[in-house]
Amino acid sequence: MNIVNLSHYEQAIFVLSALVLYTSFSMLAQSRLFNLINVFAWQGTLLGMTAALVAFISNQPHLYISALLTLVLKAWLIPWMLRKQVMRLKLQREIETLATPTLTSLAGVGLVIFSYYIALPIKSLSNSITRNTISESLAIVLLAMLLIITRRQAVSQVVGFMAIENGLFFAALVSTYGMPMIVELGIAFDVLVAAVLFGVFFFEMRSSIDSLDVDQMNRLHEVDKR
Amino acid sequence: MELSLFANWFLAGLQTLLLITLAPLLLGWIRACKAMLHNHAPASLWQPYRDLRKFFRKEVVVADGASWLFRATPYIVLGTMILSAGVVPLVATDLPTAAIADVIVLTSFFALARFFSALAAMDTGTAFGGMGASREMMLSSLAEPAMLMAVFTLSMTASTTNLSSTIEYLLQHGLVLRPSFIFAALGLMMVAIAETGRIPIDNPSTHLELTMVHEAMILEYSGRHLGLIEWAHQIKLMVYGVLIANLFIPWGIATTLTPEALGIGVLAIIGKLMILGLVLAVYETTLAKLRLFRAPDYLSFAFLLSLLGMLSHVILEVG
Repeated sequence: MNIVNLSHYEQAIFVLSALVLYTSFSMLAQSRLFNLINVFAWQGTLLGMTAALVAFISNQPHLYISALLTLVLKAWLIPWMLRKQVMRLKLQREIETLATPTLTSLAGVGLVIFSYYIALPIKSLSNSITRNTISESLAIVLLAMLLIITRRQAVSQVVGFMAIENGLFFAALVSTYGMPMIVELGIAFDVLVAAVLFGVFFFEMRSSIDSLDVDQMNRLHEVDKR
Repeated sequence: MELSLFANWFLAGLQTLLLITLAPLLLGWIRACKAMLHNHAPASLWQPYRDLRKFFRKEVVVADGASWLFRATPYIVLGTMILSAGVVPLVATDLPTAAIADVIVLTSFFALARFFSALAAMDTGTAFGGMGASREMMLSSLAEPAMLMAVFTLSMTASTTNLSSTIEYLLQHGLVLRPSFIFAALGLMMVAIAETGRIPIDNPSTHLELTMVHEAMILEYSGRHLGLIEWAHQIKLMVYGVLIANLFIPWGIATTLTPEALGIGVLAIIGKLMILGLVLAVYETTLAKLRLFRAPDYLSFAFLLSLLGMLSHVILEVG
């Protein structure tokens, strides 16, 4: 399947999915929390647009609902909640030092190649138009995991966790045109609840160890350890 | 047949001549856009030509210890730039010069010019020359892989490294939204900005010793020599502009050698370069210059974009 033989709508799906992958790389390089959350919101927006476009091409009206859900939750509500939590924790001016940004992004490129290799047999089984993007969705999941590994700030790790969910949604979208509606609604609700719970968790963590740096948690011990 | 061959070579020479004579005008246009964005009254568009005329009239001063290398370098640099101007399709694709050299040769022309300017900068033994040369080499060693990667993305799509054939392939398929081209275009633009010494890597309008790269290398040059180097630099900017304009927005370029097609080709490239110049001016106005030690980050980002272009070509566009 060569891109030249596809219609412009199908080519636009590829362009959008490549941009979603790019936002994953961009998240790896952001050292300010607000910028990280903004890029995450952009990823949600692009994902929602991709879902709407896939719905349009494959004639699957239920995907419009997932697209709308993604846009509302991932592009607006969750970033808004995270921003508010960052403001309340007074972290908006904090800069997280990235140890080796170039090495991290090159590791990300390695992950993309790895997921391409992994997804090759899946691709040959599928005959949907979007089958080429399956490896990209896997790469988005792996890049989000890389984000969690390279960060020590709890808020950035939560953004990474949400980005994993973005990748899984993308994988479901492009490999089987979305999950059943009930599953999708359940996951969306779960993510929303997770965002609320993480907010509570941030404050708990702040009040017990006075920091959001997860490395500090290594100091926690049982009370009477002699 | 003989006559048409002669006519084709004549047109190729005319195209090269057009590129090198328009190069100062492009710089004038970029400066005018920047001045207007800064709320200044812009200098005349012809100011770069006046500067060049002034340089060519002035006396050449050469340091005592300078060797032949110092005197030869301005001619070598301008010569390689004129050769690379001949390789790039400006108005028409179907010209004999296009068949001679491909994009890898073009990159090596730039490398040759850079090699000689770095040697000449160190030749006089001043501190600034050596400093500028080492900075230039550091930046170019990072910029070159990014540029080649961006160009290889295009070559993989068109299955050729020849610029004219690539453009003809792209024109033949009409408008195709290729994700790889978006990344390659952005990567190539960032490399072009770094290689031509624009903000955020180098500031073309100051001689601040802490930050300068290109200016530090040519600090010892004066008169005619300085004029030649400045002109070569303007041609380099123009070549990069034409490369980006014609590879990523190829429409308008003449594929046949009829007068109408050539006329449209000239108008199209002037329009594209005016837009690119405006984009560059806006970009330079909104950004501040980076610290030198942040420049590798900028260039590794350019490399990442080019690499993503290549990956999305392999992953999304074939197979």
